[in-house]
Amino acid sequence: MSGPMADPKADVPDGPDVPVGADGPSGADASPGAEASPGADASSGTDAPADVEQVDPDGPDVDLFRPRTPVDDRWFDDEAGPVVRLYSMTRGRTRPVEEGLFDLISLITAAEPGPDAGAVPAHVLDPEHQTLLALCRNEPLSVAELGSFTDLPVSVVRVLLGDLYDADLISVTRPVPLAELPDERLLRDVINGLRAL
Amino acid sequence: MDSVRSDHHPRPDGAVSHPVSPNDPRWRGGPAVAVKILVAGGFGAGKTTLVGSVSEIRPLRTEEELSELGRPVDDTSGVEAKSTTTVAMDFGRIDLRPGLALYLFGTPGQDRFWFVWDELARGALGAVVIADTRRLADCFPSVDFFEQRGIPFVVAVNCFDGTDRFAPDEVRDALDLDPDIPVVLCDARLREDGKELLVALVEHAAARRRHAPARV
Repeated sequence: MSGPMADPKADVPDGPDVPVGADGPSGADASPGAEASPGADASSGTDAPADVEQVDPDGPDVDLFRPRTPVDDRWFDDEAGPVVRLYSMTRGRTRPVEEGLFDLISLITAAEPGPDAGAVPAHVLDPEHQTLLALCRNEPLSVAELGSFTDLPVSVVRVLLGDLYDADLISVTRPVPLAELPDERLLRDVINGLRAL
Repeated sequence: MDSVRSDHHPRPDGAVSHPVSPNDPRWRGGPAVAVKILVAGGFGAGKTTLVGSVSEIRPLRTEEELSELGRPVDDTSGVEAKSTTTVAMDFGRIDLRPGLALYLFGTPGQDRFWFVWDELARGALGAVVIADTRRLADCFPSVDFFEQRGIPFVVAVNCFDGTDRFAPDEVRDALDLDPDIPVVLCDARLREDGKELLVALVEHAAARRRHAPARV
């Protein structure tokens, strides 16, 4: 166990960004190569396939694919800290396509898969995109709920929803513009609904 | 709901997706119209308690840039540095009737998160400002905020165990509130009190719209 890895949580801000989304095909590609050279532990990190991001060239020379021994400290799931930084999930984007489109209570519905379904191949979408789509497939959900259910910051959810919107995979219902259109009937409905709780 | 602005999407079958009415067979059980109410007040005044007493409370966080003003919109160069901060808040959803959902948002208590309030307040039906009579000054900023933006609000005096009871008018005087602003005594832990509070707020919002329709 090398020293710099002893405290991965402290290391997280500068640690290697492992693309969680790529754990399918590229992960499978990567591990056989690493296992084939078990003796080259110290240097095999540099042999990692090009499609695996090694974002931290100055970081410790660690073989990410070396099978861990039982004596290694292990961190599973959340304990390991975030493995994908938020801005890599959004590819650096901090703003959605259209300001104001994704209010916290804008309601998002996955578009009905029609004859054209498949126009956007599923593999183009990141896992986070897929998760968002799956959540709002059965009923409309607010942007706030999508953020809460995915445990992602709302700002990140907005960027991802923008992608889905651009791809015509969701429909968005913006909130009632209350300041512009006083709607007595709506307020009455809210009052009656509250009383009936 | 014809008052809902929606972004129309051409569907694969050529039909246009309009705001879906609950009577529409395409409506799939969730809300078709959403409104929001903010719950504000000083730290520890009972915002989370109130949201939790009337709805199933959920945590929510966002990463926001600290210096919104003057920053070019597409400038992402500051993202790597610590120019963003995590803002956590609570929210809950109340399904009022099929197709109509009310979302409650507990505003972040710290003053440095004011910039989040503006977004939260946009389009809000109104706000509940929770006052703790032991620290009444804590809710001054919230009262100011909603007054300045013309957002209807009620003041809820959270009656903590063991605190002196004040008459609503005493609180009104202390906060220098307009006479039409409802001041309600409540126990934020009680669902019934929370309901009453929200009803009082929406009635106040409705009355204000009737009497001053031009005021936005």
